Amino acid sequence: MGTIAKWFAARARLGAQQRTILGLGSFLLPLLVWCMVSYVPFVWHPKVVVESPGGVDYFQVGMLVDKAVFKDEVANMRAANLLLPQGKPANPIYLPAPHEVARAFYTAFTAKPEQKDLPWLHQSLWHSIQVIFWGFVISSVFGVPLGILSGTYAALGRLNEPFVEFFRYLPAPAFGALAVAILGIYDGPKIAIIVIGTFFQQVLIIANTTRKLDATILEAAMTLGTRGLKLLTRVVVPAILPDLYRDQRILLGWAWTYLIVAELIGTSTGITWFITQQARYQHFDNVYAAIMIIGIIGFGSDLLLGRLGRRLFPWDRSQDHG
Amino acid sequence: MSMNPDRLAPSYLEQSEAVRARFERIRQREVILEVRNLGKRFSSAQGEVEALRDISFQIRRREFVCVIGPSGCGKSTLIRTLAGLESHSSGEVLLDNRPVDGPGSDRGMVFQGYSLFPWLTVKKNVMFGPEMNGRGGDEAEQDALTWLDLVGLSKFANAYPHQLSGGMRQRVAIARALVNQPRILLMDEPFGALDAQTRSKMQSHLLDIWKNIDITVLFITHDLDEAIFLADRILVLKAHPGEVQELIEVPVPRPRSPGQFSSAEFLATKARLEELIHPPMPTESEEDQVVKPRMIRFTDVDDNVE
Repeated sequence: MGTIAKWFAARARLGAQQRTILGLGSFLLPLLVWCMVSYVPFVWHPKVVVESPGGVDYFQVGMLVDKAVFKDEVANMRAANLLLPQGKPANPIYLPAPHEVARAFYTAFTAKPEQKDLPWLHQSLWHSIQVIFWGFVISSVFGVPLGILSGTYAALGRLNEPFVEFFRYLPAPAFGALAVAILGIYDGPKIAIIVIGTFFQQVLIIANTTRKLDATILEAAMTLGTRGLKLLTRVVVPAILPDLYRDQRILLGWAWTYLIVAELIGTSTGITWFITQQARYQHFDNVYAAIMIIGIIGFGSDLLLGRLGRRLFPWDRSQDHG
Repeated sequence: MSMNPDRLAPSYLEQSEAVRARFERIRQREVILEVRNLGKRFSSAQGEVEALRDISFQIRRREFVCVIGPSGCGKSTLIRTLAGLESHSSGEVLLDNRPVDGPGSDRGMVFQGYSLFPWLTVKKNVMFGPEMNGRGGDEAEQDALTWLDLVGLSKFANAYPHQLSGGMRQRVAIARALVNQPRILLMDEPFGALDAQTRSKMQSHLLDIWKNIDITVLFITHDLDEAIFLADRILVLKAHPGEVQELIEVPVPRPRSPGQFSSAEFLATKARLEELIHPPMPTESEEDQVVKPRMIRFTDVDDNVE
């Protein structure tokens, strides 16, 4: 079999090097598409950026006009025997090129806020991270114990899970207005939205993880004289801990997806405020940079937690992947 | 000296003087486990099922009893009931004349599947029982190390279970059960998942342990050789419902060695077990009634493998 054919054998295991190459490829491929669209004029470029207005009275240098409009004006000027406008193909303002976004990564942090009392980008980011953190912590403080208890004691599970199952279909943002009415316009309702969005999934997922625990482990513990609460604290909890940790990583990712909606509730704050503000000034390079920063923080923290998991649970070989 | 002159081969009921004397000595010992008219019924999707019916037997101190029977005879249900992991519908189980209620450390159990705690090292696994029973710290650790030494795994005290082979894991499971000093050791097909060579080593090792410590063993297996090799007596169950068919005193003298597999007593006992478990006029099992292979020849008539 050729090398490529080997890579595409069903369920084939990849070597470390292949994994790295393909993993980088997964990022490079979309970047390549973006570069093509941005730098190769005939791929898209539906606009023309005016370089000199010529005889067209409403054209200005740097103005973006539709290709068709520009062509019409060139024809008009030629007919009127006036100076022809000059321009080159361009993409719409909402699709900046990769290098512009790359530059924005730096300038977004160094640019002073438009007004003195407005936050810098890093302050907005820190605010967002705090909202996520508290939302996730509050959800976990109740959700993790309830999930473990529901998974261990069938009666307790039955007493809450049908309702939780129902509640998790109610979209968290729908509680926005209610949350503002109860908790005010600042961080309270935002944290509440993240809690509502995370908690109900959390109970069900962790209860399910707990239920998957091999019954033999529990039975072995019982024949060794373990009973009552010790069965929970000394057997169930340590046994499910690696899976619980993995669940929490996934749930933290979900909490991030609720962030933007949550931050729009009440007074807009954090990274969402930055994004809407920059979009209002048509600084789309900053918008893209900010969106990517969310991705980098989320993905980066998950990678770190994954590494940490391997350290924390040396006996659990399933931590090695994923 | 034959009791049954009509037969050429000796009967499994014949016992040499030494063997008979040994059984006599066993009968003098106190009863550790007594099962009286044990029955278990439960309702399932297929209706009411009678898993066990009227099972009675006694096991005396330091006796080694194997339970054997066809699949579905309820041998696993029986041992799980004795361990207190399942409830029974009628009769009673007495350990040292006291009724058994729920699982407890007075009955150690070794499971077929890997039941070690994966998050604990081998040593911590063995220390788990003593800690649960209020013997903590150094004492538990000393006990654990002693028992690990006994099963030959001192070197692996700090390894995790996933780093051990199947046979080693079962050694740890045995040490973990014995460190609690149970009155009886219940073993549910503990070597069933091991390869033949490892299984035979583990059988000899188990006999060595049993000889050296004060422990009574009830051992479930579906392997006839294993049962005869290990047991003083073999409890033969029959299926649907699980009932006692016969309680056989194994005439093979001790100490046992793999060389005895072809001895006359061994073969006679095995023949009897075969007779009980696979009767000469087999009633078709449910599976046999449904699964009926029909052989069609796909190869050339001259192309024979035998």
